[in-house]
This record gives sequence, C-alpha cells and structure tokens, in this order.
Amino acid sequence: MVKASATVDIVQKKLVYLYMCTYAPQKPDLAVLAINTLCKDCSDPNPMVRGLALRSMCNLRMPGIQEYIQQPVQNGLRDKASYVRRVAVLGCAKMHIQQGDMEVDGAIVNELYNLLRDPDPIVLVNCLRALEEILKTEGGVVINKPIAHHLLNRMADLDHWGQSEVLTILLRYKPRSEEEIFDILNILDSYLKSTHISVVMGATKLFLVLVKEFPHVQTDVLVRLKGPLLAACTSESREMCFAALCHVREILRSLPGHFSSHYKKFFCSYNDPHYIKNQKIDILCELVNDENVHSILEELRICCTDVSIQLAHTAIFAIGRIARTYSERCVKILAGLLEFKQEHITSAVIQTFRDLVWLCPQCVSSVCLALPGCEGNIQDNEGKHALIWLLGMHGEFITNAPYVLEEYVDNIKTETSPTVKMELLTSLVRLFLCRPAECQDILGRLIHYCIEEETNMAVRDRGLFYYRLLSSGVNEVLKILSGPKSDPSLGVLADRTEQPVNTWITDFNSLTPLYDKKYRESYSSILTKSELSFVSKHLVEDLHSPDDSEVSKETIDLFSLICGVSISPERFEKKWTSIATKLCLNIEWKQEAEPDLLQTSLHVLNIYTIAKSKAGTQPWKSYLYAQDSNRNMFLVELVLNTNPPVLQVTVKQDAENKDALTNFVTFLKSAVSTVLGLIK
Amino acid sequence: MISQLFILSSKGDLLIHKDYRGSSAHTSLADGLYLKLSSLPSDQAPVVMEHEGCHFIHTRQRGLYFVISIGSSDSPFLYIDLLNRLAALIRDYCGDVSESVIRLNFALIYELLDEVLDYGYIQTTSTDMLKNFIQCDPVVMKPFSLLDMSSVGLFGAETQQSKVAPSSASSRPVLSSRHQLSEQNEIFLDVIERMTVAIGPNGTLLKADVQGELRLKSFYPNCSELRIGVSEEFCVGSSELRGYGSAVRVDSCQFHESVKLDEFEISRILKVLPPQGELTVMQYQISDGLSTSLPFHLFPSVERDPGSSRLRIFLKLRCDLSPKSQAINIRVQVPVPKGASSVSQELSSPDQNAEMSLSTQTMTWNIPRIGGGSQLSALFKVDVSGCVSLPSVLDLPPVNLSFQIPSHTSSGLQIRFLRLRNERPTAIHTWVRYLTQSDSYSVRLG
Repeated sequence: MVKASATVDIVQKKLVYLYMCTYAPQKPDLAVLAINTLCKDCSDPNPMVRGLALRSMCNLRMPGIQEYIQQPVQNGLRDKASYVRRVAVLGCAKMHIQQGDMEVDGAIVNELYNLLRDPDPIVLVNCLRALEEILKTEGGVVINKPIAHHLLNRMADLDHWGQSEVLTILLRYKPRSEEEIFDILNILDSYLKSTHISVVMGATKLFLVLVKEFPHVQTDVLVRLKGPLLAACTSESREMCFAALCHVREILRSLPGHFSSHYKKFFCSYNDPHYIKNQKIDILCELVNDENVHSILEELRICCTDVSIQLAHTAIFAIGRIARTYSERCVKILAGLLEFKQEHITSAVIQTFRDLVWLCPQCVSSVCLALPGCEGNIQDNEGKHALIWLLGMHGEFITNAPYVLEEYVDNIKTETSPTVKMELLTSLVRLFLCRPAECQDILGRLIHYCIEEETNMAVRDRGLFYYRLLSSGVNEVLKILSGPKSDPSLGVLADRTEQPVNTWITDFNSLTPLYDKKYRESYSSILTKSELSFVSKHLVEDLHSPDDSEVSKETIDLFSLICGVSISPERFEKKWTSIATKLCLNIEWKQEAEPDLLQTSLHVLNIYTIAKSKAGTQPWKSYLYAQDSNRNMFLVELVLNTNPPVLQVTVKQDAENKDALTNFVTFLKSAVSTVLGLIK
Repeated sequence: MISQLFILSSKGDLLIHKDYRGSSAHTSLADGLYLKLSSLPSDQAPVVMEHEGCHFIHTRQRGLYFVISIGSSDSPFLYIDLLNRLAALIRDYCGDVSESVIRLNFALIYELLDEVLDYGYIQTTSTDMLKNFIQCDPVVMKPFSLLDMSSVGLFGAETQQSKVAPSSASSRPVLSSRHQLSEQNEIFLDVIERMTVAIGPNGTLLKADVQGELRLKSFYPNCSELRIGVSEEFCVGSSELRGYGSAVRVDSCQFHESVKLDEFEISRILKVLPPQGELTVMQYQISDGLSTSLPFHLFPSVERDPGSSRLRIFLKLRCDLSPKSQAINIRVQVPVPKGASSVSQELSSPDQNAEMSLSTQTMTWNIPRIGGGSQLSALFKVDVSGCVSLPSVLDLPPVNLSFQIPSHTSSGLQIRFLRLRNERPTAIHTWVRYLTQSDSYSVRLG
C-alpha cells in the first residue's frame, strides 16, 4: 500500500491515503513507512497534492507522528495556496489534540490569531475553530473588540456555514456600551433575512443574547423571526420542519399568542409523520383565541378519528386542554365523539372528562349528561378507572350510576387491575352516601367479596377499612369522604405562566428543544450541575479578585488544595480523636443562607464532606477534610448556631504546619464570605 | 462540529462511515443506532437521539439514513441543512441518491466527504468549488424503465412530446463525464409549487397554501450571467399593486444570496451567475390567497345501504384546469371504516384502478391522467363486517388527493425569459419546466 502512494495518479493517491488514515492506529509501524512519501508530497508543486498530503498526515492517528508533522504544518500556514492554508490551520488543532496534555504552543496560537486576517474566508473560519480547540482549557478563543469587529466586517464574505459558526462564536462577546450593541445589531440586521434558516437562527440567538436587558427589543426580534421560521415549518425536509416546530414551541413559552394569526400553518397535513402531527397539535392548543377557536377545534376533531390511536389520543387530550377556557364548545365536541362507540376514543374522552370536571366545576352538568351509555365501550383500565371515579363523585346527577357500578361489581371476579377495584370501592361508598337505597345491596356484595375472596392485600385492606368505617356510623363516613369535588385553583398551576425570554435563550438553536420532555428532564439535571460549576467559578474569581486583602491573594498563589482526595470515615474519626491541637474560630453567618450551598461550594474548592447532619437540624453540623499540595491534611468541623447566626469552625491538622494552617483558614474564611455574598 | 458520519441503507447496512475525530469508532455503533432508529414508537420524534453518550441527528433521503453525531449545543438547523446539502451534492455528482448509486460510487463519495468536511468542520459545499478537487468519475446507473419509452416517438416520428425535454434529462450527474462536453450545455429552470389545501365538507375552502421555488440546475461550466424574467405582475405582500389584470401575489419570498436584485424592483428580473449544479434561486410562500382556482374539486357522498352492512361511497372528481393542461399520477385516498372487509368498484375507464389496504384503513383510487375540464366518477361498495353504528361509519377522516400537474403553476407565476449575456444563442439550451404537486390536498367528508 505504501508503495502505491508514490504514484502520479491522484485518484489512486487519494484512496491510498484514505486507507492509511483509517488503518494507521492499528498498524503504526507500517504507517511510519509512508511518512517519507507524504513529506515529499507536501512540497509538490500542485497545491491540491500538498493539501491532500498535509491533511492525510495530520489525520494519521498514531503516537510519535508529531515530530514529523510540525514542520510541514508550519510551512503550510505560510503557503501561497489558500487550500493548503485551510488544511494547515486545522492541522494545528489536530496536532494539539494528539499531543494530549501538552502545553499550548504560544507561537502557533499567535500565528493563528494573525491568520484571522487571511483573505480567504474559509481560512478565517478554520482559524477560529482551531483556536477554539487549542485554547479549550482557557475557555476558547478570546473575542475582544478588534476581533469581534473584524469578524463582523468579514461576515459578508463567508458562506452560510461560516456565518452560522461565527455568529455562535460572537455570542461570547460582551460589548461595552449600549451604543456598541446597537451598532452590532445594525451590521447584522441583514442576516435576519438570510435564505438560510441556520443563519437566521444564529443571528436571532445573538440578537436575543445581546439585548438581554431590553425585553421589548427581544420581542421585536422574535416578530421578525416569524416569517423565516414559518417557512421552515413548511419546508420540504421533515427534519427541518420538526426542528422549526420545536423552536416555535420554545418561543410560545414566552409569547403565547405569538403565532395566533398564522394558526392555519399548523394544521396537520395528510402525509406528515406522527411526530410532526403531535408537535402541531401541541402548538395549536397554545394558539387558541376567540377568533380561531372554532377552526382549531374543528381541525382537532378531525384528528380525533384518525386511524392512529396514538394521534387520536393526543388530539382528544388537546381538546381537553382547550376546554379549560372554552369549556362549553369542547364538551360538546367530546360528547359527540362518544357517539362513535370506539373503545380507544371513549376511553380517552372519559379520562379527559375526569380531569376537566376537577378543574372546571361548571362543566359537571354537561359532562354528566354525556356519560350514560358509554360504559360498554371501555375496556382499558385507565378508562374504567376514570369512569368509576366520575360515577362516584357526581353520581347524584347520573340516573343510571348505581346500575353501571353494579355491572362492574357483578364482573369483579374477572377484573384484574387492583386500582380499578379500589376505585370501585371508594366510588360505591361515596354513591351510597347520596343514594343509599339503590346502593346498599351492591355495596354489601362488593365488601363481602373484597374481604372474603380477594387475594390482593391492598384491595382487601381497603375493603376492611370501609367495612369498619361504615359500621362506625354514617356521620363518620361523611366526615371522611366529603372532600372537595373540584379544585379550580389547580388550573392555574396546570396552565403555564409566561416565562421571560431569557429563560430559554441558552437552549435556543441547540438540540435541547428537539429532545422530548422526558429526556429534557434528565438533561436539565445535568444543567444544574453546570450551574454549580458556575457558582464555583464565581467563587474562584472572587478569591482572585484584586480588591481582596493582600494576604489572601498571596495565599491563593502559593496554596492549593488537591482534588480527589479520599479518606475513610473510620480513619477520619481516629485522626480526629487522636489529634489534640486544634484551631477554633467563629465566622459570622447569615440566617437565610443555606448550609448545603456552602457544602457544595466547598466541595468544588476541594474541601470534601465526610459526614453532615440533615438540613434543618439544630445545630447543623458537618465534618470535612482537605489536603494541600504539600500533603498537609486538614480536618474540619463546622457547627452552625442559629441564634446568633455564627459558624463555629474547628480545624485540626495531622502534621503541624503553622503556615499551611493559616493559609487554609484564610482560604476557608474567604470561601464562606463569598457564599454569603451570593445571597442577598 | 461533527465527530462521525454514517450513511445507512434502509435495512441498516453501513454504506459509508467516516470518523473525523478519531473518537471511539466501531461499526457496532451504527448497528446499535439503527436498532434504536427502527424501534422507536411512531409518536416519538426520531430526528435527534442520544446513543452511548453521543448526540445523533439524522435525515432520511430516499430510504437512506444520513446520520451525524454532533455536540448538544450545536445548531440543529445548520446540521440538518448540511445533511440535505450532502444528499444534494451526491445527486449532483452521481445523478441520483440511492443505495446502489452509493455502493457504485463509494470512492467518489469518500472523496467528497473528505473535501466537504475536515476534522468535523464544514469547509465548502458548493458544487462549483468542489469540482476542482474531485477526481473520480461517477458511475452512472442506467435504469431501464418503460416510462422512459413514452417520451420516444414511435418509429422515430416527431411527436409533440419530443420537443419537451424528457423528465429524466436532469437526473444525471452534473459533472457526468469529462469527455462528453457536448452534453454539458443545458440549463434547467424548474418552477416547483407544492400545494397544501384543506376543503371543508360543504366545499368551502379552509386553507390553501403554496410553497414554491425556482430551482436552477446548470450543467454548463463557467456560465456567464443569467437573467431570469419572472411575471411582471409578481407582487410581494398584500399591498403592492403591479401590472394589469390579476396579480401574481405571494406573501413572502426569499432569494439566494448570490442573486442580484437591482433590476427586480422595476422590471422583475433576477440576475444570477449559475454555478454548476443545483441552486435554489427563489423561494416563495402563499397562504390563503390563490389567484387561480383550485385544480381539483371532489364531490363525495357516503351513504349506507338500507338493510345491509354495506357502504356506498360515490366520488365525483372534477379537474378544473384549463383544457390544455392535464394532471398525472392522481391518487385519491379514501378512508374506509374500521371493520371494512371487501370492496367492489365501478370505475369509469379501464386504465384506472383501486385497491384497499386494511392496515391503513384506506382505499386508493389511482388515475394515470386527467385532462382539464373533464370529470371522473367512481362508485365503491364497501362491506363492513360487524354491526357498526351509523355515525361512526359516516364520520370518516378526510379524503386525500395526491397529484402532479406539469406545465402549470397554481400561483400563476410564469418565467418570461431566460437569457444569457454575451453568449451565442445556440450554444446553450435553456429549459423552463413548471410543476405543481400536492403536498397535502384533503377534502373532509361529512
């Protein structure tokens, strides 16, 4: 293979290099042989060959390659052909990553910063990418005012891929003045109208972030986004539609009526796949207002009879959501759906009714009118459960309620679900209270069955409970079972309040809105972790800030704690009891501060907790430990007194070292004060 | 940035795999991913997913999965766009996108992927720029299809059809071969409109949207400036007034950034330097304001035979195009109630057919072509087993129509001329083709 690369046929060369790049990690000894040819190709007169050889050489992932590629990459950065420069710039990044934890090469970084002025737009973007990779540990490429403005001026030369990426990188730039912000907005204005939705979205995100402080400007930006985003929602590519729809939902979180006038765009098309239909139905629910409610409900009603059971359910539950505001119309439609006598439709409608009457007591009478006659069409447990609950709660308005329940009692032996049985018990007891004559016999039979024949312990216990309750007199039963029949206040909770735009800005134009909710929840827990690191960064910054006292500045420079130290609780206890010398001090504490926050912040600063009392215990205590770079071990006891709020700190050291101890104490003190400073 | 790129066939075979970052890569990843893709429940969006700690985003093109793994904070729009563009590039270079095309041209595709992306970063995707670096020649599939025969005149006779470019003319690689220069002097401008229409039960129009685009496909390298003249009456927004008679009104339109618009305001001329390959010159949207009448009207009537469990579905389809144009490949999808078992049909001509699919509960009525102004009817008798109550039989989901209408735009947009500057008129053939097709054209019953 290696020999084959020394050919003039460029196609053959390309394929050989491709092959080598793929197999180099497995056969490094053979790949070394190719380096000679590659080096020679790097000075070929044809720029395409030079670029190809350089790229392939940097892609050889094997140890020891760095020494060979350094020189060709250096040369490549100064090559006449932009094609070679592009490859060389990314080559720098590849070289750096392969070196692993080696230090950042200052010369290369400087060279790359200079190449940002390269006439070729792709070289420019590649420089940004390479710097981003090389300086990852320092927080990526530095965007200061000259660079930011240089990038802004070059935007027009870039293709839309480059534009999107530069817009993302510009997010990091913080303009100094309001005037500068609006200058930038003016320069970038045309990108809000780009034909490429990715550029539009990138620009929108940058705009939203820049004008964080001006909510009305944010609204204006989102108004301008409407057109392009709606066009993407009807794009030929389904994946694009989906991404756009997810972002429409995100915007609706802050501006509920934003797309109301365009509601027809969100009607389901015949050949939309289900995931798009689901998104559209969810969006339609948010857009309802007095003018379009009729058409939207009509559209949703069509979906209710869809062949797909899944979609039908989504549509029915969506009508239920709209019913909280437009109850009368929706109940009429839902009641109409019961006529179809389809099992899955009936079950979903009944479940919707159950949720609805709990939130909107005014619907009770119309719901009760619709109920009779649907019991034969419910087969699944969820639906049965809902129907039985409704019959028990509002049985006094439904004439045939006792007889429906009787049917269930008669068939109880074939019933498999314990929750349905328990619901039946509760409902029948409730119904018994308002219509005793009709229910007495049925209830007796049911309780008898539950106690004598039922094998499920939970159901049996519930039966016994009601038996004893009933034998203690009707008044007792009334006292226990007469809870509220509805709770409209819950509706306020269920309806989402408008969130400020800033809550979702960071996720805008990222994958987060595209993941479904279940995943997002687990994802958000990761986010809280990153928030934590933000707190810690804040802490460290504060510790480093120049207005701290002279002493603490020095200590931080000299003093550092090792991360990842561990010690067993037994050893800790032994040490704690064996060391007599200790240093005690009191630090002022604020009443409203959470000791747990201190805990986590200290953890970030490499002071680890070994034991602590639960939050709220008086006095709160915790034991911590840390080790500095000179292997000095510190053991700490924190006791928090609430009245007056004082934090008692006791520090013990396993080998005496005065300096280290004072350093540690100053470190701890400033950490505590920063945590208190965070709470206002 | 992109760490890995796969192209999977519809059966999950790994066709192309490119690992840009040297991060743990093995083929089992692709297998696992395919399993995950194909086992998703239908309501769950498969566009993005997490698998073994990586975020994957994918698009489906002609049954193939184009998959890339990216970081969670990357823009989905950017990368979906890229995947679509990749497919377009493959189409430009190989003529088509399909499993066999990719298998035949894998060297070319790897070459492309190498140039388009380096270390997971997008370098360039313009066909024009890439052609300098691409060395492989495409292997072109020569499919034999009876449909192609229809455009060839019998016994070599000049039929009217032969003056029109055959439909397969533009589905060949842009850079087909370095040696056949004579073929490379064609420029196609396609005006494609997709209609989304919903018609209410009593014939009222609920919604009529059109998404249109002007798509340029050039086979000619180093083309000089092309001037595209669109209808003088073309208006953007609702307030503008132009020309005489009925205006061609669109709600919004976007142009490709390379289009020069200095003459657009006054004389509706777009100027563009056509690159080799495909270019979407203009996109436009119309909602709820069609100037022309709808192409089809469907008059359905569903009734129940008294005394039996049989349903009579009578459909009358009227094509309201001008008598000169015709629609082709019409497919009417009629829902049938649950429990339908068999169907008998009465169609008005033998070239039509109808079949029922029980799994989707639909009956499909296929009509190869229908001329403007004509009317077709069909009667279906559906046997419904079991005792189904009346409302559930009569309340069916909407009927859907799909069709193509060549040489017709529903917006009324026309291309006045397509002119190349400084070019001998015979050197380059320019073709303008119009096509209106259905995106979703549904008619609600009862």
